[in-house]
Amino acid sequence: MLNLVWLVPALPLAAFAAISVVLWRDRRAATWAAWLAIGASWLIAWAIFAGTWGQPQLATEPVRVGILTLPTGAEFLRLGFMVDPLTGIMLFMVPFLCLLIFVYSRGYMDGDPRYSRYFAYVSLFATGMLGLVVSDNLLFLYVFWEIMGLCSYLLISFWFEKESAYRAGLKAFLTTRVGDALLLLGLLLLYSRTGTLTFSEIFQADVLSRLADTVVSLPLLGTVPVAVLASLLIFGGAVGKSAQFPLHVWLPDAMEGPTPVSALIHAATMVSAGVYLVARMFPLYAAAGPGNGAMTTVAAIGAFTALFSATIAVAQNDVKRVLAFSTISQLGYMMAGLGIGAFVAGVFHLVTHAFFKALLFLGSGSVIVGSHHEQDMMKLGGLRTRMPVTFWSFLAGTLALAGVFPFAGFWSKDEILAEASHGGHMLVYVVLTLAALLTAFYMGRQVCLTFLGQPRSHEAEHAHEVTPFMYVPVAILAFMATFLGLMGVPADFPILGKLLGENPFHHYIGEMLTLTGAHPEAHGVNWPVMLISLVLALLGLFLGWLVYGRRPLEAGQPDPLRRVLGSLYPVLENRYYVDEFYQATVLRAVHWLSATFTAIDSRWVIDPFVNAVGRSFGRLASRSSSFDGRFVDGAVHATARLADAAGRALRPVQTGKVQDYLLVVATTVLLLLGVFIIL
Amino acid sequence: MEDVVGSVPLTWYLVVAAALFCIGLYGVLTRRNAVSILMGVELILNAANINLVAFWRHVGPEQLDGVVFALIVITVAACEAAVGLALIIGVFRSRRSVDLSDIDLLQG
Repeated sequence: MLNLVWLVPALPLAAFAAISVVLWRDRRAATWAAWLAIGASWLIAWAIFAGTWGQPQLATEPVRVGILTLPTGAEFLRLGFMVDPLTGIMLFMVPFLCLLIFVYSRGYMDGDPRYSRYFAYVSLFATGMLGLVVSDNLLFLYVFWEIMGLCSYLLISFWFEKESAYRAGLKAFLTTRVGDALLLLGLLLLYSRTGTLTFSEIFQADVLSRLADTVVSLPLLGTVPVAVLASLLIFGGAVGKSAQFPLHVWLPDAMEGPTPVSALIHAATMVSAGVYLVARMFPLYAAAGPGNGAMTTVAAIGAFTALFSATIAVAQNDVKRVLAFSTISQLGYMMAGLGIGAFVAGVFHLVTHAFFKALLFLGSGSVIVGSHHEQDMMKLGGLRTRMPVTFWSFLAGTLALAGVFPFAGFWSKDEILAEASHGGHMLVYVVLTLAALLTAFYMGRQVCLTFLGQPRSHEAEHAHEVTPFMYVPVAILAFMATFLGLMGVPADFPILGKLLGENPFHHYIGEMLTLTGAHPEAHGVNWPVMLISLVLALLGLFLGWLVYGRRPLEAGQPDPLRRVLGSLYPVLENRYYVDEFYQATVLRAVHWLSATFTAIDSRWVIDPFVNAVGRSFGRLASRSSSFDGRFVDGAVHATARLADAAGRALRPVQTGKVQDYLLVVATTVLLLLGVFIIL
Repeated sequence: MEDVVGSVPLTWYLVVAAALFCIGLYGVLTRRNAVSILMGVELILNAANINLVAFWRHVGPEQLDGVVFALIVITVAACEAAVGLALIIGVFRSRRSVDLSDIDLLQG
């Protein structure tokens, strides 16, 4: 069964090919092709997941399926797919979300002129994400990584008639490219030092210790172990893909794409690929010992991003933008978790977050469709009675994201916080706790503004519940968001811990830690941490209700937060002016550089040189031409004239009279006779 | 019977033959009428024949080659006269003239 893993990415690829070549004329056929492919992928993936459950030895000896063997001189590069617990948990999450969102898309994209193209793109995207999680080597991973980047670009700028959409696509593509370049450098460094890109070969204990012991010296950074340098470069790719500071700027703009795409690519799967990459390479990160430069960087950037974008989310008014910043913030959580060594907690949060954030995005998509494409929360309101299914599902997602017992986010977020406090990373702990409070607050704000109170616009007044294609996937996700966290309940949690099999998630995924040489041990319940985070979550939600729910806003009334925060509010609203900063520094520098190169090219060096060469050859050619005309042609003409003149001179000899010729013959004979006699 | 022919020295024959050749050549070069020129050619051929016969008689009378050669020349001369006259008649038919100075189409 596990050997069929290659089918999981292959089926959506087949759907992509079939839709884009044959089926695109027929919307119904395109829909069914995409659905059947992802549905079959999902069934196979869950069968594989079931097959890996309770098989801890897979962590160190994964099932591998060879696909490609590339000769590299003396050696061979064997590339293929594999199954281990980390792949298994991703196969549990990704195809299921893909399936739900494909179904949802049927409702959301209904009537779009490029409907079939949409399904082709998302099928290709599913290939990229599923291929990424089953790759057994960094090269395949990189290829699928780039396929996803391409699909992300295509789908963000799906409605390319809108200039903002096409600009957002370009921005996403170029920003992530910065990270991808670093990732490629990391790959090359690893390959040059180990001669392999296969995970299980890199993660051999002796290879890892060799990487950790050899140092390279760099300008500015000094001497750095190869393991740390490679980790940092790979983390660069993750920063780009997972929209971590400072490459986070593309993700909010990516909300220009269709909402199912935002849910699938820019919340649940692709952006978490960066976290997956760090988790996958975790043994390499851990190789240089605890608290090394790579781990510290991951933790610092993750924690900073978590708080940074949580503050921005507080002051955003677009339904989807709030969720986008929330996504960045939660990805920061995962990164911080991995950075402090809480591998299991980070992966756990990755899985639960994918479900409830997909839920929130699909919910917001339903809001957008239901209220006639009004996305400004200041103009929504009162949707609770008009869209009941959407409201209750969205509420479940909100509680999960805020981290309220017993929703999924509570368990996973709390595990990261507990690990941070347990490992003595107090700064990370405090920052993440603050971010948790803000998370609860902005989610409370969003729910109050969107669903409670009275409608603040004509569109919201006439909102209606969406079709079953849309609310059924949302409801299923709401169920998952509520109960999924139970698979990671700490073993010593009263009642639930024993009831649920003593933290099965930890048993499943924790074995991966043996690759780092560490012993996977689950920490017990940390009551103070758990209670503090629960209280803060409730407090945040309550504050949100206090500001926005107690006295609902009237239409046109400014955000009360504007008065409270004073001059800080515009800074948050404008996202700390990071975009403007990049515009003024990086982009201006690039513009200046390209203008300079243009000038060098066309005005100063290249073009003048080319023109000078051209002119000198022109001059040479005219010289050569006149020599040719005068001397060569002269010689040819002279020859011709000579022949002509000789012909004219000798012409009279031929008189045509026989007797003349005979006379010449006779005379000649006589002359010769005379010569003969004389001599 | 006294050998009259043998008593005449060879030189005399040669002189006669040379004179005949010169007369023939002069006729060929100066006559305008094609028939006359043909006659001049006959004279030249006969001058040669005299030489052949004279040499045969004085150098090697026991062999017949000189006489045979003369006979061949006479045959060739007959053929030549026939062909030449035919040509002259052909030319006359097209140009109404046998004057060689008029027949000069092949000129530079």
